[in-house]
Amino acid sequence: MGDELVQLLTPRGERVPNHLYDPWIADLESEQLLRLYEDLVVVRRIDTEATALQRQGELGLWPPLLGQEAAQVGSARTLRSDDFVFSSYRENAVAYCRGVQLVDLARVWRGTASSGWNPYDVGMATPSIIIGAQTLHAVGYAIGCAKDGVDSVAIAYFGDGATSEGDTNEAMVFAASFHAPMIFFCQNNQWAISEPVSLQSGLPLAARAPGFGIPSLRVDGNDVLAVMAATRCALDRARTGGGPTFIEAVTYRMGPHTTSDDPGRYVDPAELERWAALDPIARMEGYLEGLGLLTGAAKASITSAADEVARRFRAGCLSLEDPEPLSVFDNVYSAPHSGLERQKSQYAAYLAGFEGGA
Amino acid sequence: MTELTLSRAIGTGLRRALADDPKVVLLGEDIGKLGGVFRVTDGLQEEFGRDRVMDTPLAEAGILGTAVGLAFRGYRPVCEIQFDGFIYPAFDQIVAQVAKMHYRTAGSVTMPITVRVPYGGGIGAVEHHSESPEAYFTHTSGLRVVSCSNPQDAHTLIRQAIASDDPVLFFEPKRRYWVKGEVDEEFGQQTLAMGAARVAREGTDVTLVAYGPLVATALDAAGAASDDGISIEVIDLRSLSPIDFDTVEASVRKTGRLVITHEAQQFGGLGAEIAASITDRCFFSLEAAPARVTGFDVPYPPAKLEEHFLPDLDRLLDAVDRVLGRTNSLTGWKA
Repeated sequence: MGDELVQLLTPRGERVPNHLYDPWIADLESEQLLRLYEDLVVVRRIDTEATALQRQGELGLWPPLLGQEAAQVGSARTLRSDDFVFSSYRENAVAYCRGVQLVDLARVWRGTASSGWNPYDVGMATPSIIIGAQTLHAVGYAIGCAKDGVDSVAIAYFGDGATSEGDTNEAMVFAASFHAPMIFFCQNNQWAISEPVSLQSGLPLAARAPGFGIPSLRVDGNDVLAVMAATRCALDRARTGGGPTFIEAVTYRMGPHTTSDDPGRYVDPAELERWAALDPIARMEGYLEGLGLLTGAAKASITSAADEVARRFRAGCLSLEDPEPLSVFDNVYSAPHSGLERQKSQYAAYLAGFEGGA
Repeated sequence: MTELTLSRAIGTGLRRALADDPKVVLLGEDIGKLGGVFRVTDGLQEEFGRDRVMDTPLAEAGILGTAVGLAFRGYRPVCEIQFDGFIYPAFDQIVAQVAKMHYRTAGSVTMPITVRVPYGGGIGAVEHHSESPEAYFTHTSGLRVVSCSNPQDAHTLIRQAIASDDPVLFFEPKRRYWVKGEVDEEFGQQTLAMGAARVAREGTDVTLVAYGPLVATALDAAGAASDDGISIEVIDLRSLSPIDFDTVEASVRKTGRLVITHEAQQFGGLGAEIAASITDRCFFSLEAAPARVTGFDVPYPPAKLEEHFLPDLDRLLDAVDRVLGRTNSLTGWKA
């Protein structure tokens, strides 16, 4: 607890011993470490491809996660399939780790669907664009898990900006009161579009949670091992009746808020440079190289695997066709609604008047 | 059949829903030990436990957002908003989360959430305790909205609302909580669907559309008008989204005249929607422009002024005179 930053890897990739958190990752073997590294590389590659697709007019918008790979992969890779994620829109690496299909990552941003996937297929809700709204959903889901007598956990992903929202604060009140088995996973990427975190809080964000009765910790969000250890510790607490935990993953949004944003108007280049030196992938690379696990050949093979994922992602994106016009009326309700049925039939008649019909 | 007050009729409906489906949970402020400030949930926590009838922290967005998560997990939450004017902090969760989730997820996630809202004025309350916010929610795609006017409908509709896989805003006319009526708890084939309107009184000269607290006022007006030889057909909408326009249209085709009443402010309200839709459906059956009798476009006033805000029997009859082309307040009394 407190302001101290949990770090297991220095920016150069040296392993820092930590008696509290080492046990949580003691089981990781070479193969798993390499797979974590591969995840980091792959999700960054998807992100790069998505930005390119947006620039080429194939996606309407994309919220890059550049710099936040370790925070997302390290936490998401600790979850069980029966846990449930309630996220914001930037958690594309979390979605990837949950098993969301590549093509499904593109749907919302290409404008062909409001949800890329069925939440129950992957244990991850449709990402919330309204800031902080999903934190309450995680609380309700977690209360439901407890009612059902299962040890599944809900995890809410949100950013530093969301900590100012009423919903997030109410979520902490409810989670504490009902002892909800959940994790508040805050990626403090330092920026809410153009607003620095100092505008949201005068205290470290993790320092707020104890005021709600929720234990918290700050973890180096660019250190995939530390994030994994912290999340496992919080999951264990939730599964064993210990209630909610707040994790502040201190990281940095190295790109724009979205492809529509221009951080050149508000980010000091020197700050960006400082954080670039703390890059989550370089750090893991240094660590694995130090262990002799990441040879030149292994690195090349991971790079080419990532390129292949990007190729499939692009192909999937380009394969997405526009939805049928009358599907605009689908699924507003689960049973017919007479007013909407009437509008639909009238619009169908209207469309039928055009060549080719509806 | 049992004689119950409207509030008890809702309470027994909640009790049946809790007993019939273990996934039904109640959430709200003061709904447990206290039984709600109107005692609608009286005795339910004692009977079903704190796990099923949950007192929540004082945060309306928190109540609705938690309900969303419970619904994700397969529960059927029934949320109580203590008073109409307290619903606004939950607005985002209701209109942007609850209402859209089924659509956003292409039907994979249902939101069988019922939001109970004691609403309306006429009880001499302080501000924020007498409002009629239904139009915000009828304007929102993805929500169903109902309002009950009598104990039987209160009982039937609350159970139908809870059984619905869609979210339902359930508006309870708080000034009618103590009205008594016979309630049959057994559902039959003859039970009206949740979306159906009911002809509360048949008539031939004017169609008077009302819902919730003003159905009783409309029936009183119809009784008074009949003394004058005017036959008013009163329609209790029951469902505000969707609106059973077929029933209203059939009535207007018969009477040729339409008066709509609600306590809510007029501008952009349900009266406008009903007038436009009925004009669209049967313009050539109308003998006069539809008339609206509603609250004025002012914030809900202090209690000592509410009789000048709320539609009452005389204002309804004045509108009836208007659509009949009789002398009325707009023609001037000497005309």
